[in-house]
Amino acid sequence: EKNMGGGEEVVVLDFWRSPYAMRVKVALEEKGVKYVTKEEDLGNKSPLLLEMNPVHKLTPVLIHNGNPISESLVILQYIDEVWPHSSPLLPSDPYLRSRVRFWGDFVDKKIYAAAKKLWPAKGEEQETAKREFIESLKLLEEELKDGPFFKGDKFGYVDVALVPLTSWFYALEMCGNFSIEAHCPKIIAWAKTCQQRESVAKSLPHPHKIYDYVLELKKRLGLE
Amino acid sequence: NPVHKKVPVLVHNDKSIVESQIILEYIDETWPGHPIMPQDPYDRAMARFWANFIDDKCLTSTWKALFWTRGEEQRKALEEAEENLGFMEKELEKKKLFGGENFGFVDMVANSIAIWVAALQEATGKVVLTEEKYPCAFKWAQEYTCRNIIKETSPPRDHLAAFYKARMEMMEAMKDSK
Repeated sequence: EKNMGGGEEVVVLDFWRSPYAMRVKVALEEKGVKYVTKEEDLGNKSPLLLEMNPVHKLTPVLIHNGNPISESLVILQYIDEVWPHSSPLLPSDPYLRSRVRFWGDFVDKKIYAAAKKLWPAKGEEQETAKREFIESLKLLEEELKDGPFFKGDKFGYVDVALVPLTSWFYALEMCGNFSIEAHCPKIIAWAKTCQQRESVAKSLPHPHKIYDYVLELKKRLGLE
Repeated sequence: NPVHKKVPVLVHNDKSIVESQIILEYIDETWPGHPIMPQDPYDRAMARFWANFIDDKCLTSTWKALFWTRGEEQRKALEEAEENLGFMEKELEKKKLFGGENFGFVDMVANSIAIWVAALQEATGKVVLTEEKYPCAFKWAQEYTCRNIIKETSPPRDHLAAFYKARMEMMEAMKDSK
């Protein structure tokens, strides 16, 4: 049995812009688990990162008592299983768990993927990415129903999966010249509710900082 | 499956579950008598990690290298596929099956490597999973296809190979006719 409380070492290999890393921090904050972050420079990866995630060499990596776990959604499920007593992230019913995993996977494969293509693109390519982004977000929006969160009144897995991307919304809107609220008002309302949670406020950077970073990156890559 | 419009879909008492890995976890949780997933949370995290890697990286890069590309693009794709298979090989150096002594979640997800890659190799004449380069993975794939339950539930390799060969010929024909 893993020890609870004193004697546990929880380290997150972090990257402040990464929405994937933010997921891990939000989850640990929700659970009240004490942890330490080590900021990585993905342009100059540390030996620790390369040792802990040799396959992908990416953040985030959760190192729990020396054991590394990679991939943010895998980490979220691990966190929920190791610290099950506070703020459960996943429901206990197998069918509902499968629904939640489905939407988590959808957030990655559709919404995050479209967002990644959106900000650096131009012209027709950007229009396509925008369409994909908005359509996927709209599909997910239907899951909000009465809310305020994706599975009703409890903040959970799907919320943690999506909420970090909200710190990128401003940058996406500026780069893509569109309003997310105009298409998905319920998602924006949900985002505002989430931002009132301490776990989210602590783990997400200010959207303007993300936008400044994107502008700088675009200049460096010659993408203006 | 209104969102992705794909198979497989498991329908259990009027509820539908999609995405094969998610279905496997559902089956594991609903019928707990014969566990597919390991019990320990860390081992479970590793199983999910490897299943994702095999599905997202190994299979995709192998398909790309064997089926979808030619020439220079194919050479690069082969390099990527070989690197990914290398990681898989390292994982199998320590154990007989991905699940250790028991056939488990990752072994099931990796059926694509054991069965489909062999069929693709037969269909295309290109080989990437060789015994010399990947002895452990090769041995695992051989043992895999010998299991009775696999024989009962998978399409025979020569059927698969013939199917892909025909598809490739169709693709070539379409390219030439442009």
